Amino acid sequence: MAEFVVKVNGRNRSLEVDPATPLLWVLRDHLKLVGTKYGCGMGQCGTCTVHLGDTAIRSCQFPISAVGDQPVTTIEGLSEEGTHPLQKAWIEHDVAQCGYCQAGQIMSAAALLKRNPNPDDSQIEGAMEGNLCRCGTYLRIKEAIRNANA
Amino acid sequence: MEILNTQSNRRSFIKSVAVSGGGFILGFSWLANAKGATGAESGEQIEINAYLRIGSDGTITIQAPNPEFGQGVKTSLPMIVAEELDVDWESVVVEQALFNMDLYTRQFAGGSQSVRAGWNGLRRAGATARHMLKQAAADQWGVSFDEVATGDGRLLHAKSDRSLGYGEVAAKAAKVAVPENPILKNPEDFKIVSSTKKNVDGKDIVTGKPLFGVDVDHEGMLIASIVKPPAFGMRLKSFDAASAREMPGVVDVIQIKTFEDDYQRRIFDDNAFPDLVVVVGETTWQTFAAKKVLKVEWEAFDDTEITLGTWGGGSRAAVIPGGLESTSDHEEKLAKLDEEAGGVARKDGEPEAAFDAASQVLDRTYSAPYLAHNAMEPQNFFADVRGDKIVVEGPLQAPQFIEQTVSERLGVPIENIEIRMTRMGGGFGRRAYCHYVVEAALISQRMKRPIKLVYTREDDMTFGIYRPAYRMRYRAAIDENKKVTGFHIRAAGIPESPLHANRFPAGAYENYLAESSSIQSNITTGAFRAPRSNFNCAAEQCFLDELAETVGKDPIALRLELLQRAKNTPVGDRNDYDAERYAGVLELVREKSDWGKAKPGVGRGVAAYFCHNSYVAHVVDVVMNQGRPVVERVCSAVDCGIVVNRGAAINMVEGAVVDGIGCALFGEMTIKEGVPQKNNFHQYRMIRSSEAPKRIDVHFVKNEIDPTGLGEPPFPPVFAALANALYQATGKRLYRQPFVDQLET
Ligand code: FES
Ligand code: FES
Repeated sequence: MAEFVVKVNGRNRSLEVDPATPLLWVLRDHLKLVGTKYGCGMGQCGTCTVHLGDTAIRSCQFPISAVGDQPVTTIEGLSEEGTHPLQKAWIEHDVAQCGYCQAGQIMSAAALLKRNPNPDDSQIEGAMEGNLCRCGTYLRIKEAIRNANA
Repeated sequence: MEILNTQSNRRSFIKSVAVSGGGFILGFSWLANAKGATGAESGEQIEINAYLRIGSDGTITIQAPNPEFGQGVKTSLPMIVAEELDVDWESVVVEQALFNMDLYTRQFAGGSQSVRAGWNGLRRAGATARHMLKQAAADQWGVSFDEVATGDGRLLHAKSDRSLGYGEVAAKAAKVAVPENPILKNPEDFKIVSSTKKNVDGKDIVTGKPLFGVDVDHEGMLIASIVKPPAFGMRLKSFDAASAREMPGVVDVIQIKTFEDDYQRRIFDDNAFPDLVVVVGETTWQTFAAKKVLKVEWEAFDDTEITLGTWGGGSRAAVIPGGLESTSDHEEKLAKLDEEAGGVARKDGEPEAAFDAASQVLDRTYSAPYLAHNAMEPQNFFADVRGDKIVVEGPLQAPQFIEQTVSERLGVPIENIEIRMTRMGGGFGRRAYCHYVVEAALISQRMKRPIKLVYTREDDMTFGIYRPAYRMRYRAAIDENKKVTGFHIRAAGIPESPLHANRFPAGAYENYLAESSSIQSNITTGAFRAPRSNFNCAAEQCFLDELAETVGKDPIALRLELLQRAKNTPVGDRNDYDAERYAGVLELVREKSDWGKAKPGVGRGVAAYFCHNSYVAHVVDVVMNQGRPVVERVCSAVDCGIVVNRGAAINMVEGAVVDGIGCALFGEMTIKEGVPQKNNFHQYRMIRSSEAPKRIDVHFVKNEIDPTGLGEPPFPPVFAALANALYQATGKRLYRQPFVDQLET
């Protein structure tokens, strides 16, 4: 057990936890931020995607001890009122079916748009390749990303 | 209360209740002859029930009775009520109903039946409420009922230019007698039905609200996780929990038995691993970590007799075969059945004579492996058992079945069990088998604490309940004039045959024989999106493609000729499809895809199918790019009657197309000496973003037929349309799923 102070969605949160604990479980079990999902626990599905600084990471593969003072952003902190252009585009394109993968999808897409506001189709596919959607909403996801700033 | 009997044996019960503070509740239920999830021929009765509430402030709340797993019923079912109630959709609040056997009787997601079974009852409920509101307004104004009109949630009297909000007369409306025959809208006047309404949970989903079972959190809750045998055919021998108990955060390590040994298993109680070791801990990570250090010994078991419940409440004895099975043995056993006559499911004319006289026989065999459902949300459930009261909460498709199992296993009366249904992170059939609810309840009972049971992905993927493994041999007898004179299907599966003997092309061939066999196994299987159809269609529609080529015909033209025959002079009287609607989707897809005008280098394939009461045809365009298939476009034609929520229906078809391509190319679970050979997504390949089709165009046949299902029907024909397109692109016929290894060179 060790003490950590992590900055999540703009707030400093202190907690005592095993240093090897993946950020995913710190978010879900300790901070009760359950928008970030568990899907595989081995970096294969992307449902656990959050931002560390401006980078999309798989939080199931990222021990809390490695976070340091870099800010963490989760789906709950992407925007105050759910009005991030991607969130709006997701609603507009009615992307979700079951919805389970979508927080991770949006976080991957948001990191992409931050570094590249006008990605072409292959850049979109490249950035989204790590996010599985069992319901098969990939076409709408790509459409929503293309239109997020329009 | 009123009872309506129509030819289709639908009954509808409607009751009205005034609520304190004004307003009223209309409770309604209906019963429809519908088909069950485990097989179209099982004829299960599905009853759904719901209510709508109109507050004195005019708010309209519609309970969505059925579990939601992405099929959109939480939006589409209330749309039907709102349509007949004649309100503005924006003023409607949708709530997920509790599971309640008294209020709602049966609630079930499966078999693509929610909309179909609900249609009449939901319309009547909306229309009944509107009638009562109109009567209340007529009484208040002292005018005749016929002079009162409605629009956007208001009551209107044109002559005197008066109007009232629904909420203003709701209290009075509650006292109006429930009408015998409320007038339904003419489909031409629909404003909400057939339009596009966005997912009612859309905003909550994109903002990460706790909607799913795995998000459930209650005061004092512990986390539990199972340790199960590593192989089918094995059971628990002993375990040593000492080192696991030492792990941080571990509260206890216990053993549970999901069934007692003499338990009569109900429908959906399938479970290969009823004896489990359970780690209970403070947090999910600690609990998962402790599982890894637990020392458990397993042992193989011999043939075991059990009693199985059957549809309709009967039971039969069954044997779970002992032994450690492997895919290679399964394949060998199935291949042997190619040469053995199976049980005759249907025979028309003289098929043997036709084959004897044939100048050519086309003879092809198709196969497909087990598939894991791999819903993105692993199995989980919350349980809080206190004395003889049980609260369980989480994702499940078939609450009414598991409630009985929980009641019997824990010895708690049904009325003391509260089941709360959360949104499901996918289901695809898997969550009809809710053993995890019993497990959660047993763990909570033992621990005397609220617990949330959480499966790891590995637990989820290796637990079984797979789509069965299948094999089908198709033969056609062809005479010297290239006329098909006989048709023969030999179907087999582990543990069930995929055959639908009375579906197309049965009825279109004079001499027809369909046989079925199956092999028992200790590997559990279950319903998987369009059970049996998902393979039967793939084999049949690939064979028809090759048959068309063999006799020198266009594949759509061949099917249309057969359908013409089946319509004009059908063979036999048990044919389970409407030839005209079947032809309708083929004609529509031919037109919309510009069939016959494929670009050079593009492989184009077609397939069509009828299942779960709907008709779907796809045309797939594929190109090969460095040994990788790229699906450029899929054009789909769908006849599911009236389309309730257009945008959501398109989304559902798109999803089925993507899912179908993924399963056809990559989907496979293999077993070696009882051990599932894939346990997570690094081994079990799923379709990803870049592999999805570049474009999917969905077209609906326009008609005024009552709506039928859509979760499943677009799925089966994807496999064959893709295989047929890949043949055009590569020159290679594909007989064995998954296809990927046969393409990548
Ligand atoms: S849960 Fe982290 S990638 Fe799947
Ligand atoms: S919407 Fe269901 S997994 Fe993506």
